[in-house]
Amino acid sequence: MGLIQSGFNCMGVAWATIPFQPPAASSIAEGIDKLYLFLTGITLFFTVLVFSIVFYFMVKYRRREEHERPAETRTYLALELTWTIVPSLICVVIFVWSASLYVQNSRPPAASMEMFVIGKQWMWHIQHPEGPREINALHVPVGVPVKLTMTSQDVIHDFYIPAFRVKKDALPGRYTSLWFQATQTGTFHFFCAQYCGTSHSEMIGWVYVMSPSDYAAWLAAGEKTDSMAQQGARLFDHLGCGSCHVAEGNGRGPSLAGVYGKPEKLQSGETRVVDEGLIRQAIMVPNSVQLPNYAPIMPTYQGQVNEEQVLQLVAYVKSLGSQERKNGK
Amino acid sequence: MSTATAGAHDGPPESGVNYLNASYGIKSWLLTTDHKRIGLLYLVSVTFMFLVGGLAAVVMRLHLVEPQGALLEPETYNKFFTMHGIIMVFFFTIPAVPATLGNFLIPIMIGARDVAFPKLNLLSWYVFIVGAIITLGAILSGGVDTGWTFYPPYSSLYSQSHVAAVAIGVFITGFSSILTGLNFIVTIHKMRAPGMTWFRMPLFIWASYATSLIAVLGTPVVAITIVLLGLERLLHVGIFDPAVGGDPLLFQHMFWFYSHPAVYIMILPPMGVVSELITAFSRKRVFGYSFVAMSSLAIAVISFVVWGHHMFVTGQSIYAGLVFSVLSFMVAIPSAIKIFNWTATLYKGSISYEAPMLYAMGFIGLFTMGGLTGLFLAALATDVHLNGTYFIVAHFHYVMVGGAVIAYLGGIHFWWPKITGRLYPERWARLAALLVFVGFNLTFFPQFLMGYMGMPRRYAVYPAEFQVLNVLSSAGASVLGVGYFIPLIYLIWSLRYGKPAGPNPWGAKGLEWTIASPPPTENFLTPPVVEEAYNYSGTGGSHD
Repeated sequence: MGLIQSGFNCMGVAWATIPFQPPAASSIAEGIDKLYLFLTGITLFFTVLVFSIVFYFMVKYRRREEHERPAETRTYLALELTWTIVPSLICVVIFVWSASLYVQNSRPPAASMEMFVIGKQWMWHIQHPEGPREINALHVPVGVPVKLTMTSQDVIHDFYIPAFRVKKDALPGRYTSLWFQATQTGTFHFFCAQYCGTSHSEMIGWVYVMSPSDYAAWLAAGEKTDSMAQQGARLFDHLGCGSCHVAEGNGRGPSLAGVYGKPEKLQSGETRVVDEGLIRQAIMVPNSVQLPNYAPIMPTYQGQVNEEQVLQLVAYVKSLGSQERKNGK
Repeated sequence: MSTATAGAHDGPPESGVNYLNASYGIKSWLLTTDHKRIGLLYLVSVTFMFLVGGLAAVVMRLHLVEPQGALLEPETYNKFFTMHGIIMVFFFTIPAVPATLGNFLIPIMIGARDVAFPKLNLLSWYVFIVGAIITLGAILSGGVDTGWTFYPPYSSLYSQSHVAAVAIGVFITGFSSILTGLNFIVTIHKMRAPGMTWFRMPLFIWASYATSLIAVLGTPVVAITIVLLGLERLLHVGIFDPAVGGDPLLFQHMFWFYSHPAVYIMILPPMGVVSELITAFSRKRVFGYSFVAMSSLAIAVISFVVWGHHMFVTGQSIYAGLVFSVLSFMVAIPSAIKIFNWTATLYKGSISYEAPMLYAMGFIGLFTMGGLTGLFLAALATDVHLNGTYFIVAHFHYVMVGGAVIAYLGGIHFWWPKITGRLYPERWARLAALLVFVGFNLTFFPQFLMGYMGMPRRYAVYPAEFQVLNVLSSAGASVLGVGYFIPLIYLIWSLRYGKPAGPNPWGAKGLEWTIASPPPTENFLTPPVVEEAYNYSGTGGSHD
């Protein structure tokens, strides 16, 4: 039977081919691997230590006579304190090391190239701001920080690129982000790492890391499409958003020119910076981010626009902001 | 039930009336309020559940021999790992030690006649059985495919499987935990024999006490969580799915608020068992008794504030991540204290190597590895890479199987003579203990490597680069399976053919070894007075 056959074939080549380390292809991978190696060292050290002591005692103090009664050992406070404090100090070292790495790895560089990821049962939809879309494939240039803004159209997914050591949930109803900077060209797996139903294990794809010139050529070679912002602008007109959000600021809704990245004081008293998440919220649940000087008349667009279209609208609003700021300068 | 008790009905030759032969017939078992009989009812029930959950694991490991999957459709595979998880967590590992050994031993160890509320004790078994039947029924009628973690919105609005029925089964079973925990807390507080002060209690009692606190405080939270999930699934009340106005991460906070402490519900009682095994087979009082006892309580308290470490990659804020990371490191320290104290107990002891001691030594080694690999996951930066991969699977199996199951097996062997009045065959038991140890490591060690390589868990099919490690793991599982099966056979065999055990075959201390095997229904014919737990160096306590 094929199953057993393949099992034996595998066992035959097993020892030569047991993989120990995934490729390390991003700027953060080396740092993670060093910490991993350190932790492996700690684990081996203490496991071997405990095993050796146990074996040594078991041999040395084996029962030699059926009725022997060993004398009581008293508890030494100094010993108890030692094996409480030493592991604690080791934990402090690991915590400081890992936390600083994590904080560092959590902040995308300001100049990151942006791309957008939508998870849906069971595929990854990737959208480049210039327009091209991909399914279960992600083309990126090498040596450039890339920030992925992610959401899900249905259940919770998780975008995981082992070779880059990055992972983040893609959640319905909100945006999460991760970033990486690839350090070598090549193709690497990405996976869905949060169980999402029947074909969860087929929700995988490839990252294609290309030289910047190859990447530019790849962008140009694709089917000519409008940029996300242009598509968003068309959608903005189509949905009639402009009838309230008049650019000059005298409409029933606020002008959206230049709002991106600025703090806004909401009716609730809270002040929030206008980012992708807030714009999404304003489209889907407008009342939750009501502005003080406007009537709460905006309808929800939940169900009328899908996540892809929301991202296009967000891109459009962002493009208004950047123009405005450029003009202002 | 019948298999485990039929032979014992003959009654061991050397003693007179005991709890096994005091009355006969199915009714005398199903209506019993004797904590020892209830312990046996649980033993049979959880053993059955272990076989079902183990069978699911066997099918999964066979399936994963080939990258494209050797046996099942992905949908069916998903149901198998869900069934394995739900049964092993809620219907085996959580009740295994407390409900079997705990029920049997706690009253005897503290010198009581029974638990504080014997009828409630029987009720908790029935509650457990009802929950188990509903869950098994739902599994047989099509199953559930959400994973044992039930994450919405998949579980609430997307899954087409029997989520509601299984959730109800788990919900009901939770009450069994709560009632048992309540019973133990009151029993330990109020029913200790004269002289049994808090710091003379056996460490198994301390561990059971800490566990009961967690069960009573934590289980209601998961019950509420399941109710909310049911409201969203059945009535579409928006709680977790943003499409109906909910918050998808709220469930995870609530679920892990219980389910992380539940990890300690599963490991603290086995730690208590190991304390008893090591002290008995090295004939030494446990080194640092009060540190071991207090570390159980410390674990119980800290375990309630570490749940966020399951959510480092959900987009939880960086600051929350930092706090939960610190707290998770803190919960590692009491476990380390236990390991070192157990090791030190062996120093200048009189050590013998019967099967229970082999299991205890295996526990120390495997739990050390399980605990230390937890540091990789408490550490934020490495957790980002390892979360959701086979590294997690390996880590918690080192703790839950290498730790909890192995200690449970050790405990069953250690107290088997007390429970049944018969000795098990020692050579077979040592062989099985060795097979379990080797098989376990071969199954789960490759999964650490698999996880670091990046293989996500819960994958029905996988890229070919992970095949070698998967085949190794499946090969180990077959050894582990044999190791589990051998004790099942010889323990049943020993019920009829085992040598009579006598009251104290190990020369161990503790009240349970001062009474006949099997114990009489009322446990103690004369009320005991306790002077000192673990009095191995003093006089008295003859070895039979």
